[in-house]
Amino acid sequence: MRRHIIRSVFIFSIAGIIASCQNQETIDLQNYLSSGKDIYKAKCQNCHGENGEGLGQLAPPLTDSVFLKNNKARLACIIKNGLNEEISILDKTYKEKMPGFPELTDIEVAQVKVFITNSFGNNQGFSSYHQVAKELGKCK
Amino acid sequence: MNKIIFSIASCLLVVALLSSCTQNKKLPYYGERHAETVRDAAGVEKIDTVYQTIPNWSFLNQDSVVTTNKSTDGKVYVADFFFTSCTTICPTMHRNLMGVYNEFKTNPDVSFVSHTIDFKYDKPSVLKKYAQKLGVDGPKWLFLYGSKDSVYTLAEKSYLVAVGEDSTAKDGYIHQGYLVLIDKDKHIRGAYDGTKPEEVEKLKQDIPLLLAEYKK
Repeated sequence: MRRHIIRSVFIFSIAGIIASCQNQETIDLQNYLSSGKDIYKAKCQNCHGENGEGLGQLAPPLTDSVFLKNNKARLACIIKNGLNEEISILDKTYKEKMPGFPELTDIEVAQVKVFITNSFGNNQGFSSYHQVAKELGKCK
Repeated sequence: MNKIIFSIASCLLVVALLSSCTQNKKLPYYGERHAETVRDAAGVEKIDTVYQTIPNWSFLNQDSVVTTNKSTDGKVYVADFFFTSCTTICPTMHRNLMGVYNEFKTNPDVSFVSHTIDFKYDKPSVLKKYAQKLGVDGPKWLFLYGSKDSVYTLAEKSYLVAVGEDSTAKDGYIHQGYLVLIDKDKHIRGAYDGTKPEEVEKLKQDIPLLLAEYKK
């Protein structure tokens, strides 16, 4: 009987730890989303639009989940350093140069990345700033 | 009984007054003004107010064709100052202005004039590409290239929009994001912050009011 009680307490506490871990990630996600939204408004929205719709063929929309998924490891580098190559988004080509935002810190880049990849119909989950810092270390 | 009739009558009077006010709504005139003695058609002398007028201009358009103020004769137009490599306020201004352009696309009495302030890079071919990528085709929306002197003077003295080179600014230039509404007599009749959707909405409402002044 005693063994039973100890066992079940143990199992419950493990389950509790896992549940609280998930909660922490949800909280982080919410924090990143709200900070990321502010940075998006200040730095990105003038070209990419309030709803990520882009601007003609001058700035691509951010609604192409396939592109975002395929380039997930590069997104942090693009946000920080800009982009100067032709890309294809939703079957249209875009050639204009995107400026870099070197003033953003690693955590800010992570926040914008999380905001973009989880807004405008995208739903690609959380990236921690440790992960983003690693990605930024590998920028070309 | 008399009291009731009186109060109904006075209510009606107030309503009538208010509605007549809105009917005569006229946009204000901006800029300098002075009084001048002029002769009317019958040769009678009278004093008239002379408002600030946009002077004649001549620039290259996005097709590298010399374009002058004559292209806006008989039209009301919206003027602004921008440059193609601007990453701060210009995309927002032109995104909002596209909404106005689309609304008046089929109205031959309305046109659009955007002056670049980047005299080094924004040659007509660059402006053409920019216009196409923004989604503008044809002469209704002019993108004009001119020397620094002519464009900057026109901006500051005539359209009352501040522009300038600034090596400390992110893209090398600074300018105000006003959309300036000009009437058929080349007077300034409105200035709207092109980065604010609510002011651009006001511009959309003011253009028909301005056009209505000429329908008499």
